Amino acid sequence: MSSVSALYLVLLAGVAGYVLVARVPSILHTPMMSGSNFIHGIVLAGAMLALGGASTLLEQVIGFIAVAAAAANVVGGFVVTDRMLAFFDKSAIKTSNAAGEKLLRVDGTRKKSISTPSGVDSASKKS
Amino acid sequence: MNESVPFGLQLAWFMTTLLFVIALRRLSSPSKARSGIWLAGVGMVIAIVSMYFHPDLRQNQLLIVAAMSIGGGISLLHARRVDMTQIPQMVALYNSLGGIAAAGIAMLVLLNVSEYSVLVKSLAVLGGLIGCIAFSGSFFAYLRLRGYLVRRAGFAQRQVAYIASGALVLLLGLILAASPTAHPVLLLLFVGLAISFGILMTLPTSAADMPVLISLYNALTGLAVAFDGFVLENPAMVVAGTIVFAAGSLLTRLMAKSVNRRLSEIMYSGFGIADESHDADTDRDHVNTIDSQDAAVDIAYADRVVIVPGYGMATAQAQHKLRELTQLLDERGVKTSFAIHPVAGRMPGHMNVLLAEAGVPYEKIQDLSDINAELSQVDVVLVVGANDIVNLAARDETDSPLFGMPILDVDRAKRVIVIKRGDGTGYAGVENPLLFAPITRVLFGDARDSVQDLILAIKGLE
Repeated sequence: MSSVSALYLVLLAGVAGYVLVARVPSILHTPMMSGSNFIHGIVLAGAMLALGGASTLLEQVIGFIAVAAAAANVVGGFVVTDRMLAFFDKSAIKTSNAAGEKLLRVDGTRKKSISTPSGVDSASKKS
Repeated sequence: MNESVPFGLQLAWFMTTLLFVIALRRLSSPSKARSGIWLAGVGMVIAIVSMYFHPDLRQNQLLIVAAMSIGGGISLLHARRVDMTQIPQMVALYNSLGGIAAAGIAMLVLLNVSEYSVLVKSLAVLGGLIGCIAFSGSFFAYLRLRGYLVRRAGFAQRQVAYIASGALVLLLGLILAASPTAHPVLLLLFVGLAISFGILMTLPTSAADMPVLISLYNALTGLAVAFDGFVLENPAMVVAGTIVFAAGSLLTRLMAKSVNRRLSEIMYSGFGIADESHDADTDRDHVNTIDSQDAAVDIAYADRVVIVPGYGMATAQAQHKLRELTQLLDERGVKTSFAIHPVAGRMPGHMNVLLAEAGVPYEKIQDLSDINAELSQVDVVLVVGANDIVNLAARDETDSPLFGMPILDVDRAKRVIVIKRGDGTGYAGVENPLLFAPITRVLFGDARDSVQDLILAIKGLE
């Protein structure tokens, strides 16, 4: 890709990342960090390519380490994030109707439909 | 866009990017978050499988499969077994692996300098530098949080070492980017210096600041991945890396703000030099202790009880017992809730994850500003393994290293019961005046055992 179109890509991706996280409620900060940790595991794709082009022994060793480390990043990042979020799933099911309403409030998209300001909602507004 | 990359592969990369964006959007809502991570997982599988159709991936196919199985296999076994209390460490560890992978890619590019333009080489140098810093920085953060490195290490000429190694590594990077031939020795020197720079950055940081630093390293790995994406002409890597960098930077700032610290302070200084000497034990003679029987009476006959969990709850795995306690109290008509400080535990949201694990409903969880407005109407505050987040010194003593960090004003309640394992100070190593306040009673013991005792004692009141 050309350097200039790459710059546009970076600009837009940067804005997207900023906007996507700006609405995360504080209770999801840890899963969010873990999730983005998983997403930069895409480095595995690059590591595969790098090892795929390696010819000398030194290059193969470096490439091997890179692929193994990146694969560990991907798998570990996914499993830990999923295990964490499974707990949110479970407690979401267990909660009563009142808590269900609170759940909606946590979800940024539904903020306006509920009038009473409280709890997690005000936290996410502040952050 | 590289013309030699087949259209199908480009389409796959686009799908991956799209899925990542949707995934991150979903991660911002508790009810959809899990589907989000699975969507990201699908995107990742598409990206990895499709790489086998890349025209430049000609050699070492078996080696790639072997490396992936080894790395992924070990990680899978490890990640499935690990305790949920160790999340921050795990994020740090996996992030350091991502960092080393990004650095490895950059090294391979720089070993074949003749094939690339100066611009691409410069980007590879940056990717390598940032990847190395993210690797060593988060790996040392991991060691610190695992307790392998107990003390933060600082030395007098730290700033000098900082600047010197920073300048040297940049100079080496410039030479690497500009030189027409590959210098393996120069490259190794560059990598070694970049790694020690990351260590220098992490070592002096107090463990209480570590989550903020881990978040920063997470963002940095994203940036390194984006640079590598440029070099390898993989737009999915560029976009994913940039998104992680932008999101991670914002998250880092939010986290630093919630402890009222500037990022530069965290990176350069930590909590002053004095705090190691504060490890002196809290004198048991000067605090008012309480036994679980009396504490149970206080709690069971209160109208409103607020529980403040901290890292001690996490290490003792007391979250399930606490849920049991709140259920028991609810049955008695005592109003209960959990007050969550933004940085309780070792990461923002750490307590929320553990309480969710134990099945505590969201409605019972209150954040800092809400609960601080209500604390004067609370009968009993039960502090479970928390210290710095209820440290009155942060609010009242201008010369305290913690001063300025927002705390839960638990001293406004009528009674405070602190469940505390040891006599030591909190992670920041600063003495807590709350322990000596007239309304405070300290219940010494492991968090889980103490809560279990409380439950038994309350049941015994019938």
